[in-house]
Amino acid sequence: MEKNGRRGFMGKAFGAVAAVGAVGSLVAMKKSWDPLPSVKAAGFTTLDMTAYKAGELVTEKWRGKPIFVLKKTPEMVAKQNEDDKARDIVVNGEHFMVAIGLCTHLGCIPAYYPEDEDFVCACHGGKFDFAGMVTKVPPPRGLDIPPFRIDGNKLVLGEIGPEYEKMKENGVTL
Amino acid sequence: MAHFEKATSVKDWLNQRLAIEKVEKVMASEYWIPKNINFLWAMGMVLMITFILLLVSGIFLLMYYQPNVATAFDSVNYTIMREVGFGWLWRHIHGVAASVVFLIIYIHMFTGIYYGSYKKGREMIWISGMLLFITFSAEAFSGYMLPWGQMSYWAGMVITNIFSLGGLHLDGLVEWLRGDYVPAQAFLNRFFMLHVLLLPLAILGLIGLHFAALRIPHVNNQDGEEIDFDAEAQKYLAGDKKGSKVMRFANDFMSKDMMVVGIYLIFFFYLVFYHYNFAMDPVNFDPADGLKTPAHIYPEWYFLWSYEILRPFSVNIGLIAFGFAQVIFVLLPFLDRSPNAVPANRRGAFGIWFWLLLIDMIVLTAMGKLPPEGAFSTIGLVAALAFIALWIALPFITAKEKKL
Repeated sequence: MEKNGRRGFMGKAFGAVAAVGAVGSLVAMKKSWDPLPSVKAAGFTTLDMTAYKAGELVTEKWRGKPIFVLKKTPEMVAKQNEDDKARDIVVNGEHFMVAIGLCTHLGCIPAYYPEDEDFVCACHGGKFDFAGMVTKVPPPRGLDIPPFRIDGNKLVLGEIGPEYEKMKENGVTL
Repeated sequence: MAHFEKATSVKDWLNQRLAIEKVEKVMASEYWIPKNINFLWAMGMVLMITFILLLVSGIFLLMYYQPNVATAFDSVNYTIMREVGFGWLWRHIHGVAASVVFLIIYIHMFTGIYYGSYKKGREMIWISGMLLFITFSAEAFSGYMLPWGQMSYWAGMVITNIFSLGGLHLDGLVEWLRGDYVPAQAFLNRFFMLHVLLLPLAILGLIGLHFAALRIPHVNNQDGEEIDFDAEAQKYLAGDKKGSKVMRFANDFMSKDMMVVGIYLIFFFYLVFYHYNFAMDPVNFDPADGLKTPAHIYPEWYFLWSYEILRPFSVNIGLIAFGFAQVIFVLLPFLDRSPNAVPANRRGAFGIWFWLLLIDMIVLTAMGKLPPEGAFSTIGLVAALAFIALWIALPFITAKEKKL
């Protein structure tokens, strides 16, 4: 294309118009793929923490994801190391493991083996202990803890309480 | 305006407007193919026929399939399989062809590697072919989501999670790809769109590019011989058909090509009618359930080798190895430093490299199917490391190769 003259100018003018249009359409296309407001609005789950039995894993659902709730037995609480303790969620003096039940590797659901008190992921062989800490790779970190707020005997998932914020600050969960 | 005469026939009328005779010559009767080839050169046509089978069966499936999380599973497993007349046929053709197409692609690829058909001006044929492989992989994956069974759901979960790129934690990107926190309605709808529109369009465009890339360097031959196609074509047209090293694409080459296609189609429809089960994972006959992972998640056989490269490592290293495996084949023309474009068995160390790579990929495939325990884990890890080592060694062994 000529650098000067009318054709050169017309070329540049079209280029400018096309660039604005291209950026605009990319923004629109990106936004079209965002999760819908209705999907985002349905993102809260309330759990009644008095309903769980110690040593028994219950799977709840939050944002379509499985949530592991395990009320720890006194023996489990006694043998926890520092990492495990940092992950404890204490409601009315009872200790709970609450975590998103998806392997932090690529998102399969690990199965709980009560006799070994650990979780094993069938997809790629990862393991977690009863507090949700990794004991065998490939998972890069312990099971993620969903945002939560303690409300008396209840736990609200999706809302951020001070206990969750503290965990996030200390790098206990992402 | 150009000058037009009164037409003497329908053919002449079309010829004046569309130059159909010239087009026929350029595309077929004077498109020259070397004589020195074998049945492996028919794989391109076999792939084309398989693609048409996928397209036609897909059109019929599309008329009853419902891309909705509540109805997708039943629209496939009840409506198409039990109600639609011959619906089972379209589904089994589609499923079997989706699997077999990868077998033929791998044969086609390894034929190209063995005979050096990615060198000396044929680089774009190889690159466009590898782009087709990648698009076909995306097409296979997106199609696998549509029946919305357990394997669909969990494969969708695992594969989209790869885009969080391990330690980078791009969870926002994963949620954007899914349009939800987990694979759900938005996810199914957009993968449906990709499978039936955007990716097939890309495939058609890439097939055009792949064919166009063949025109100037022409098809390779069994000895990697450099043929003067113009001179040989002159010889053929002058009447010396026997002495010429080339033949017409149609009908000379096509007649043999379609013979291979015929044999292939008998094998193909034998699978469709009697052995379709290998392409239909039983786990995918359970409807998708976001709260229950199947005991073993594994991809279809054609992805097992790259899956096994991902699996034995910690997440970040695994992803790097996986990314390496996905792109490294594309770079083959540039990693092979030797000027020799002859069959691998005449290239010394490269011949050994070729067979080691093939065996390694078969081992990776076998290990990818087995649960990641004990000895299988170790063999898988060794094979994954061997795959990476082979590709790193390639530029060195080919640079040392003696010029023939």
